[in-house]
Amino acid sequence: MRVTCTVNGREQRADDVWEGESLLYVLRERMGLPGAKNACEQGECGSCTVRLDGVPVCACLVAAGQAEGRDVVTVEGLADFARQRDGSGEPGELAPVQRAFIDAGAIQCGFCTPGLLVAADELLERNDSPSDADIREALSGNLCRCTGYEKILDAVRLAAARGTARTTGQGA
Amino acid sequence: MSTPWPRASAPGRTPTGLTQGGRTGAGIGASTLRPDGTLKATGEFAYSSDMWHEDMLWGCTLRSTLAHAEIVSIDTSEALAQPGVRAVLTYDDLPTEVKHYGLEIRDTPVLAHGKVRHHGEPVALVAADHPESARRAAAKIKVEYAELPVVTDEASATAEGAPLVHEDRHDRHAHHVPHPNILHRQPVIRGDADAAAARADVIISGEYVFGMQDQAFLGPESGLAVPAEDGGVDLYIATQWLHSDLRQIAPVLGLPEEKVRMTLSGVGGAFGGREDLSMQIHACLLAQRTGRPVKIVYNRFESFFGHVHRHPAKLWYEHGATRDGKLTHLRCRIVLDGGAYASASPAVVGNAASLAAGPYVVDDVDIEALALYTNNPPCGAMRGFGAVQACFAYEAQMDRLAAALDLDPVEFRQRNAMEQGTIMPTGQPVDAPAPVAELLRRVKALPLPPERQWLAAGAGADVRALPGGLSNTTHGEGVVRGVGYAVGIKNVGFSEGFDDYSTARVRMEVVGGEAVATVHTAMAEVGQGGVTVHAQIARTELGVRQVTIQPADTRVGSAGSTSASRQTYMTGGAVKNTCEAVRERVLDIGRRKFGTYHPAWATAELLLEDGKVVTDGGEVLGELADVLEGESVDLELEFRHRPTEAFDLRTGQGNGHVQYSFAAHRAVVEVDTELGLVKVVELAVAQDVGKALNPLSVIGQIQGGSTQGLGMAVMEEILVDPVTAKVRNPSFTDYLIPTILDTPTMPVDVLELADDAAPYGLRGVGEAPTLSSTPAVLAAIRDATGLELTRTPVRPEHLTGT
Repeated sequence: MRVTCTVNGREQRADDVWEGESLLYVLRERMGLPGAKNACEQGECGSCTVRLDGVPVCACLVAAGQAEGRDVVTVEGLADFARQRDGSGEPGELAPVQRAFIDAGAIQCGFCTPGLLVAADELLERNDSPSDADIREALSGNLCRCTGYEKILDAVRLAAARGTARTTGQGA
Repeated sequence: MSTPWPRASAPGRTPTGLTQGGRTGAGIGASTLRPDGTLKATGEFAYSSDMWHEDMLWGCTLRSTLAHAEIVSIDTSEALAQPGVRAVLTYDDLPTEVKHYGLEIRDTPVLAHGKVRHHGEPVALVAADHPESARRAAAKIKVEYAELPVVTDEASATAEGAPLVHEDRHDRHAHHVPHPNILHRQPVIRGDADAAAARADVIISGEYVFGMQDQAFLGPESGLAVPAEDGGVDLYIATQWLHSDLRQIAPVLGLPEEKVRMTLSGVGGAFGGREDLSMQIHACLLAQRTGRPVKIVYNRFESFFGHVHRHPAKLWYEHGATRDGKLTHLRCRIVLDGGAYASASPAVVGNAASLAAGPYVVDDVDIEALALYTNNPPCGAMRGFGAVQACFAYEAQMDRLAAALDLDPVEFRQRNAMEQGTIMPTGQPVDAPAPVAELLRRVKALPLPPERQWLAAGAGADVRALPGGLSNTTHGEGVVRGVGYAVGIKNVGFSEGFDDYSTARVRMEVVGGEAVATVHTAMAEVGQGGVTVHAQIARTELGVRQVTIQPADTRVGSAGSTSASRQTYMTGGAVKNTCEAVRERVLDIGRRKFGTYHPAWATAELLLEDGKVVTDGGEVLGELADVLEGESVDLELEFRHRPTEAFDLRTGQGNGHVQYSFAAHRAVVEVDTELGLVKVVELAVAQDVGKALNPLSVIGQIQGGSTQGLGMAVMEEILVDPVTAKVRNPSFTDYLIPTILDTPTMPVDVLELADDAAPYGLRGVGEAPTLSSTPAVLAAIRDATGLELTRTPVRPEHLTGT
């Protein structure tokens, strides 16, 4: 079958997709977007988290056909997505949450990072000053084996604090 | 799926060099950021499962469905006939006389021959043009098995007439073990435990059970093998040690090592689980057979069969102590289940035996550690490597001894804590700082987290702060708090006489008017941040700002393994060592060019700082860019740690270890005693790191290691059916690792007491925090519940008695 959807703001098409293929497989192997990761392929680890019409989903649990005609955001498009949403930042700049993960030391092997970034960005989109418990709840579907999560909490706190500082600075 | 799959235009992806600028002050001791951080945050970092090549095929492995069986026949005809299938390989297709591999003992068949020895052993390989085609073809391979009886524990493995897991052993341990199903046995005997026991006022003994833990790195085993025009193969792979893989791969392929060109691809965590080969040889064989690039990516189910696990263990311990709280003796027996193949079991036995007494002064010991061959899944390296199991047992013993003597458990440990100068049970003196009592003091001195934190937000209980979490199982009813302590000792580096070395190539030249450095090693960056510290070391030693870290590959000499907490010590040491030699060459050039202009070139001690040659008095002699103009310095050198000795096979005596690493934990838990659910509220840790080359990365290692120990305490266990020896929970649905909700606040106290024998005085940090975390959590649960709890992980039914 043919699958056509918008990925990171651009229309993408994949031909001869077998019906059993997941959105994750099509993104990674047919559309040249390997950012979403393949760690469990059964919806337990969150490494393949992408936005599907704005909703964070495990791309491994979405059949490719389900994405037909819909809007997908992956980690590769996160910076553009955040810039358009927030109305701040320069083209080529990282999204605030990406910058914060790097600055806080929240990245070790990095395999969980793409999924965590998409999930953390979505959390901050709906809650710009989350409590620690809010952060833990929002990211509880994303496994990390390296960090023990402390630096990931730091990163989300940092991104939230920088976001608040920025909007305060703008007089918002 | 019968037609070839046209693909959208996807880029070929290969690992790239990492160039990082930065202030010259971004040298050792600074928390510089990862040079690969941006690539990892944007999704561009090329992991081994992201490798892609035009015309590539997908490989798939058929694995045994039984733990122990004779292979009566294999019929591949239906699989071969399936459209899209390009090759099906079995043992009979292996191209050379070398058909086995192994880290220490070559006992592992590349593909099963005649019989399978554990559930999930590779039997056949398929290459096809789509991963699903390959899986379906593999399912069409007909393997007829004749089931054999299994051995699953010490009793069944050493029973009279027990089936032998390996019938015809010729390995170096075969002659000294008491039974062919015992892979290796190492006693450590010192002093006179019997006589010392007679002096004891209390004697405590206990049996402890340690479950099988999985490394559960997130990036599954994967890689891409590309056949080359010269008959060789280029392999892009996630591993912990390129050259160890190479040594095992090349003979099976019938290729000289220089024709197997390996490049490290992005590694999604390792923790010991990538020390052994997984799909490396398989992908190369399929590439050789088909003449096409072959990619293999395990899914999580297969990953549980694709790597070795941490040895489950049964441990019997007996300690004595006098009324004034001094240990008299230790007798213990540690039985590790090595599973069907040797992997790193012999070295794990050596660690368990030599570190069995923990970080305590015990002069009279009678220790025995052994690993079994069984039909359980093979076990080998995992973070902590033999020291973890022992720590769980001796720390439980310390609490019981303290209780029997009516002493505070920390006070009791401190009275027996080793220090610099203590003689280990192996006879080896501890010749660097060993601040065991101080680490305990530090974690104990931290303020305790407030009680009943689930009420902190006001209005009702926040279930997220309670055992059971969002399952909403309690609002505080039946919840009790407990506090527990533990401390451990881990060796750093490869021990027992192994020639442990690393290699670094460093080039210094002028680019764009600025002196820059390029560092090339074969070190496997698995997430630990080796690439970060290599750039820091180059800046510190060479006074440059910009450093490029080349991709790790086999064009440069071996870096040894990213394991045993050794890489910062060893490859960091190698980078430092080569940089020092490069610096001398650079200064020679400077003396040649400019020596006549200033006498200090000849007389002063010279340093490279901030792009300049300066005297130790701070006088600038010249710009590095001028010195290096038109020249470059490029050196590749090996670096070794001090030599070690093998342990005597009867007494365990010998200077076997390079360096020790210590961490102490305090765990605070809350237990829902009605449902048996545990919430770890805080896990505080103090660790001596010698010198923190990158404090941010060091803390990341300590917190990550502590969390893996926490997982082992309350949730992580591979369950193997005791009758069939089959794995029952090979998925992240059934094998649980801690989520961010399961993981507490982890205050870290870093102590820096230099080890004068190590580069910059540093101590390997990666493993020690994994040791004491588990027993600290267990101690806290015991404190909360009053239960004995002699096995880990603790399950709800152990707490409720149901």
